[in-house]
Amino acid sequence: MPSHDVLVIGAGLAGQRAALAAAEEGVSVGIISKVHPVRSHSNAAQGGINAALNPGDSWESHAFDTIKGSDYLGDQDAVEVMTREAPEEILHLEHLGVTFHRNEEGKLGTRAFGGASAARTYYVADITGQAIMHVLYEQLMKYSEQIARYEEWFCSSLALDENGECCGVVTRNVADGQMELFEAKSVILCTGGNGQVWRPTTNALICTGDGIAMAYRAGAKLMDMEMIQYHPTTLAGKGFLITEGARGEGAHLLNANGERFMEKYAPNKMELASRDVVSRAEQTEINEGRGFPDGTVALDITVVPKKRVHEALREIVLVGRDFAGVDITREPIHIKPGNHYTMGGVKTDIDGRTDIPGLYSAGETACVSVHGGNRLGANSLLDTLIFGKRSGRDAAARAKRNDYTRPSKKVLEDEENLVANLMSREKGSGRRISEIKLELGQTMDGKVAVFRDEAGIQEALEIVKRLKEEAKTAYIDDHGSVFNQDLIAAIELGYMLDNAECTCVAALERKESRGAQYRTDYPERNDEEWLKHIDLERTDDGPELSYSEVTITQWEPQERTY
Amino acid sequence: MAEYTIKVRRFQPESGEGPYWEQFNVDLDPSLSVLDGLLQAKDNEDGSLAVRCSCRAAICGSCGMKVNGQSTLGCKTQIGEAQEQADKMVGATGVSAAVADSPIRGEGADLGSAGNPIVIEPMGNMPVIKDLITDMESTHWTKIRRVTPWLLPHGEPPEREYIVDPESMIDITQSMACIQCGACVSSCLSMEADPGFIGPAALAKAYRFVGDPRDAETQERLHDLAEDPHGIYDCTHCFSCIDACPKGVAPMDQIMRLRRRAGEEGIEDPNSGHDHEIAFVKIIEKKGTLDESLLLQESFAPGVKGKLKPNRRAIREMIGSIPIAIRGIKTGKMRSLHKLIPGVHPKLPDQDDVKAIFKHAEEHNEEFNLYIKGEEGELAEEDVEKGIERSAEPAGQEADSGQ
Repeated sequence: MPSHDVLVIGAGLAGQRAALAAAEEGVSVGIISKVHPVRSHSNAAQGGINAALNPGDSWESHAFDTIKGSDYLGDQDAVEVMTREAPEEILHLEHLGVTFHRNEEGKLGTRAFGGASAARTYYVADITGQAIMHVLYEQLMKYSEQIARYEEWFCSSLALDENGECCGVVTRNVADGQMELFEAKSVILCTGGNGQVWRPTTNALICTGDGIAMAYRAGAKLMDMEMIQYHPTTLAGKGFLITEGARGEGAHLLNANGERFMEKYAPNKMELASRDVVSRAEQTEINEGRGFPDGTVALDITVVPKKRVHEALREIVLVGRDFAGVDITREPIHIKPGNHYTMGGVKTDIDGRTDIPGLYSAGETACVSVHGGNRLGANSLLDTLIFGKRSGRDAAARAKRNDYTRPSKKVLEDEENLVANLMSREKGSGRRISEIKLELGQTMDGKVAVFRDEAGIQEALEIVKRLKEEAKTAYIDDHGSVFNQDLIAAIELGYMLDNAECTCVAALERKESRGAQYRTDYPERNDEEWLKHIDLERTDDGPELSYSEVTITQWEPQERTY
Repeated sequence: MAEYTIKVRRFQPESGEGPYWEQFNVDLDPSLSVLDGLLQAKDNEDGSLAVRCSCRAAICGSCGMKVNGQSTLGCKTQIGEAQEQADKMVGATGVSAAVADSPIRGEGADLGSAGNPIVIEPMGNMPVIKDLITDMESTHWTKIRRVTPWLLPHGEPPEREYIVDPESMIDITQSMACIQCGACVSSCLSMEADPGFIGPAALAKAYRFVGDPRDAETQERLHDLAEDPHGIYDCTHCFSCIDACPKGVAPMDQIMRLRRRAGEEGIEDPNSGHDHEIAFVKIIEKKGTLDESLLLQESFAPGVKGKLKPNRRAIREMIGSIPIAIRGIKTGKMRSLHKLIPGVHPKLPDQDDVKAIFKHAEEHNEEFNLYIKGEEGELAEEDVEKGIERSAEPAGQEADSGQ
């Protein structure tokens, strides 16, 4: 049985940072990823990473912007930790070799981003996530003696010991189908978000909410699951992301009449209001007939100097050219709000600890909560790194204090039976996995998106419950061991359905409008009744609801205008 | 929506059978990608069709494959364009990119499909594991690790950031843009001949450190990469990697940058390639054309103040090449023997214009390099402007469409 003091699941930014932080503490570390680490979705973070590093800026200002952006649902102690530690983390990354943009003096340069009161976003062209992740992977290769990499291994369930503490993971080596129980003193879930539950989405095909579902099934609490971010600028139909950096560089949003409509919705910040505000404004224009026939509005990047576009928005030039057939330096590109980010997730404290001893979580999988109802652009990379680091350290400290408690073989046998059951289903015995995924994605995008109401969410929940039943008889074509992607897709579908059910239940429960949750039947924010988190815990009859307080340190909730 | 037939080279390792071709008919918008076509076949017809994929937007680097023989990313190739390419290839040669070395299965095989099949194969220069999935670990990643792919600064880091020239960061951001998809490795002709070649991706990665002013092991890295017989001088400038790279990294350009830096460090180029490059440029600068009669002499024994300064290693190499030269003459490869006689090189009408370019470059302090392009953005802009000029001139239009 492979065993490591600290086992990290998922190798995007949060996972890699956690592994490196744990290894620095001198414990043995394993990092497992269902894809090669550099394929992880942190790649897609284009715009940058926030930190109050400039002399004129302050962590308090960064924290206030984040809390206001969260529509006051962010926990202020967690936001303080993140914003205070941000400058040091940027410098750490710079020292490791990230090729951050420089100003003329050769020092780190910044760009403006949405919802921020200062230009505090550090960046590498518009490949910031990719650049940071590849540099962290360089470090994983450097420290390969301390950190064992399990690349293309899939995790299907967590193992708990007799005391209910997390002590291992059931895995499948994708390359040969071998199933294996890994033993660990601490396990850190960093498997990203659940964007694939919606279709279209900016998220990669691998973002199927694995860690959220595994933690939920093991009995950990989830939090803020109703808070799903729709990004204001995604390509219609395909869901590809156009970075907020484009608006940061000065691009305008126009409706079909050529009007710069943000004047009506956010007269001060205009296009750089927070994402929920801009997405709602766009959707209102589209719904009220001022969009283009393809259900979009336009993003006009031609107002940004060409040289600057080629230098700072290199990736977007390629995305426009290759995926929309548009030269963004010459004509506006059609965009719409699209599913982008999971603010909620596995409930953790500021050291990544979940409700289950020994189980940690960081990054998009986790909900600390720093993003509350709405995440600010360029805060997600920061979240992954700060809480990746903190959970890595705490997980290592825990591992030093404890001995291994052998996980029971039963959990492995259960998983093997599950796989055998999937393999045994006859072709045509039920629906195809891909059909169920499609229906799920379209349902969620139709009914649990920018604007929501009780009837729609209720309908979505009924459909999700039916799909859960149908998934029990869905069949797969591939019965082999080597790279059986069909089997993995079937297990991922189960994760996605659990995620969807939790989001529907929480969205139905929150009878107010806050951040990304906009209820047309409850259009106002209601601090008196709803300034609290919705927590969910698994039972055999579905998620059980409870509430937890929002931590407020120094910023009392105010009306939110941009 | 349009119908396409995709012809996929498949291999199911547990079947006990060899590779085979399978055709699938798919129905999708021409602006969607070849990967979308594959996923439609996988979703609707055969879930065992194996392909690595994740982001669908050319950032994760999972779906490297060959489309109509060209190494690329499946998600970045529009299926409509792939169809045009397939039709063009069959039109030009009468055969599709697929070599008929394996049996064909699937519906498209006996159906009269919409057009010529779009041919999809796993990447080259790597063992195939299953269908389009290749073993990148034993090839690509092993080579990446070969170049010590992490920053090696000296001493403790500064309290704040390292202060570096902003241009140097932009310069290495081109190789940072690499997503490790392996398309360049797949297309590399040098690696086909020498599987030990470190290769375009790993060398581009190496330049990311050599060009980084924060790295303190520049000399050691350059010696290492130059002295390895499978290192920077193993590249044959075939440009395949530049064509294949979906991210504009232009790996060959990075290799040429490494060679230039090695030359500056005084590292001897075993192929005399560096001397040859200098000779090439010098002759064109002086004559306004490439007078080949001077090339050998300038490369191997450059003239310094009226005297020839023979390079002994180069002369050894030249003597060693005599059999090749003789074979070249015998097979008619070297037909213009008279061109090798000094002074008989024909005069060209625009020789003075060429000289003017060098003069301009010198006056504006611009570096002159045969291989390394400028920033992609600048080039794109120039191209656009040239395109406008061209389309205004009927003669230019003809040149464009006449091919």
